[in-house]
Amino acid sequence: MTIQAVIPEDMELVYSYPASLTARSTHYCPGCTHGIVHRLIAEVIDELGIQGQTIGIAPVGCAVLIYDYFDVDFVEASHGRAPAMATGLKRVNPDKIVFTYQGDGDLAAIGTAEIIQAANRGESITTIFINNAIYGMTGGQMAPTTLEGMVTTSSPGGRDPNIAGHPVQMSEILATTAGAVYITREIVADIASINKTKNAIKRAFMAQIAGLGFACVEVLSTCPTNWNMDPWKAMEWAKENMAKTFPLGTFKMADAVKALKA
Amino acid sequence: MTKELLKGNVAFAEAAVRYGVQAYFGYPITPQSEALEHLSGRMIDEGRVFLQAESEVAAINMVYGAACAGVRVMASTSGPGFSLMAEGFSYIAGSEVPVVVVNMMRGGPGLGNIQPSQSDYFFMTKSAGHGDFHAIVLAPANVQELIDMMGLAFDLAEKYRTLVFVAGDGALGQMMESAELPPMQPVRTERPDWAVTGNAGRESRVITSLYLDPDQLEELNLHLQRKLAVIKANEIRWQEYQTDDADLLLIAYGTVGRICLSVMREARQQGLKVGLLRPQTLWPFAEARIAELAGRVRGILVAEMSAGQMLEDVERAVKGKVPIRFHGRMGGNMPMVDEILAEVWKLAAEIGIGEQ
Ligand SMILES: Cc1ncc(C[n+]2csc(CCOP(=O)(O)OP(=O)(O)O)c2C)c(N)n1
Ligand code: SF4
Repeated sequence: MTIQAVIPEDMELVYSYPASLTARSTHYCPGCTHGIVHRLIAEVIDELGIQGQTIGIAPVGCAVLIYDYFDVDFVEASHGRAPAMATGLKRVNPDKIVFTYQGDGDLAAIGTAEIIQAANRGESITTIFINNAIYGMTGGQMAPTTLEGMVTTSSPGGRDPNIAGHPVQMSEILATTAGAVYITREIVADIASINKTKNAIKRAFMAQIAGLGFACVEVLSTCPTNWNMDPWKAMEWAKENMAKTFPLGTFKMADAVKALKA
Repeated sequence: MTKELLKGNVAFAEAAVRYGVQAYFGYPITPQSEALEHLSGRMIDEGRVFLQAESEVAAINMVYGAACAGVRVMASTSGPGFSLMAEGFSYIAGSEVPVVVVNMMRGGPGLGNIQPSQSDYFFMTKSAGHGDFHAIVLAPANVQELIDMMGLAFDLAEKYRTLVFVAGDGALGQMMESAELPPMQPVRTERPDWAVTGNAGRESRVITSLYLDPDQLEELNLHLQRKLAVIKANEIRWQEYQTDDADLLLIAYGTVGRICLSVMREARQQGLKVGLLRPQTLWPFAEARIAELAGRVRGILVAEMSAGQMLEDVERAVKGKVPIRFHGRMGGNMPMVDEILAEVWKLAAEIGIGEQ
């Protein structure tokens, strides 16, 4: 059913689903930022007119069913291997637009090798990296990105760096690779930052369309459920605490990416 | 076409090029690295995709990605790398995309060594990853058959949308012998109607192995089992040598199957009526034919470069009808003709036939 079919005749449709999203409600918890980022990606795909050429790679994590919400072709990767799958897909389909959508467990723990190597090879793919400092899907265990002192179901006394090491800063690492052309860390905690994140996602897709190399947008996100916070508090907490360990900003932007006009 | 002197690893790699493989992803490991080296030049020259991955885990997932795009794609490896690929095998099986992987088996377990072995038989035929699935496993015994089986492997993979393993061993990969390569075939340009290519002009497609609803996942499994049943009904392959009048039956595959051909000839010269059955598919396995022959011969000798892995499938087919002897070498050692021949004589003595 389309949105148009359910709105009364005397009402004007002023806001709707992007064409690249299906009109299906998501399974995400209330206040989870996965949904926001999905919408931003879909808007970007629509605006760039690439819906028919885009292939997404779903992660293993809360976003495992992302393909139910997008009206583009999708494949489902094993945990952490999305960049390798994307490499195979893109190399045999150089004219398609290939993106991965990955959580911090997926990208910064089990899939560290795949993401760094794909970035270093300068694979012409776009990665959207959802950093919510926790393993959402499996019930709130510690992630490589969990903040120091943060309580999770597998760090009940708070993350102790002497035991678990320090939070991994993936954008900083990816920015050191020669093949990366655009690496940025954004947040989706208020309207301004959401708009800024959308611009970054757009730039990352445009870098791929222009064939410039690897681009990754890290998005500081919330997991109200496993952080044991209400959505508002989670957003505030993300702004105040996550952004300290994971400073916002652009870590790498090649001149050719800078020159792209959104 | 003419015969040329070819090394096994180079032969299967070049055969893949000629059978139109569009992408290759691999990671160096002895005893099959010559294939990767050969393809590193050839694929690029042909304008196709070659990539040396950062690991076999990455390689098989690159293969998986390319397979989802509907192109002819393969990887090759040996034992330790094959173990790493198991995750990908399971996803490939669950999402039903065609993939060919060559495993030039080496001695194990662990790092083992780089000598020939057949000790990945269980792994390849019974459980190449988590979940209920089988790959088709082809077992070439010489370089010519290795070449021919590459074409068969791609055809079967695409016909059934399944995983196909070509099970060689270090000896086959490293040996040079005269063989004939196929003529160059055109690369297929159209993509199958299940491939992800972007949804322009059609509905979106999803390739996944995720089914959260137990009934749906059971239905997928039932579907896979029905497909495997069709494969079992149609694709069992083996070769027989002098089984018509045989009192004793040798069963061996790959390099050992080839050695057993010499054993059979020697034994016949020494007056024993010996035949040979050489499975060319390890899964599906020539169970019914072996059961039939078990009703005619008086004893069976299985030889392998393992502790007796195919032996279990033979035992299951024979169901105790005749005595079975086993001769296995491990650690990268190959059984020689005279040692297997000695076992043939022991078997003959056991059942009271022949005189040396
Ligand atoms: C090989 C493997 N190991 C473990 C798991 C279990 N698992 C599923 S999702 C997940 C973590 C997901 O966390 P993240 O990537 O941060 O995504 P989120 O759920 O927070 O969005 C784990 C460990 C798995 N599916 N596969
Ligand atoms: S568990 Fe966390 S990340 Fe997952 S859907 Fe719920 S809020 Fe979002």
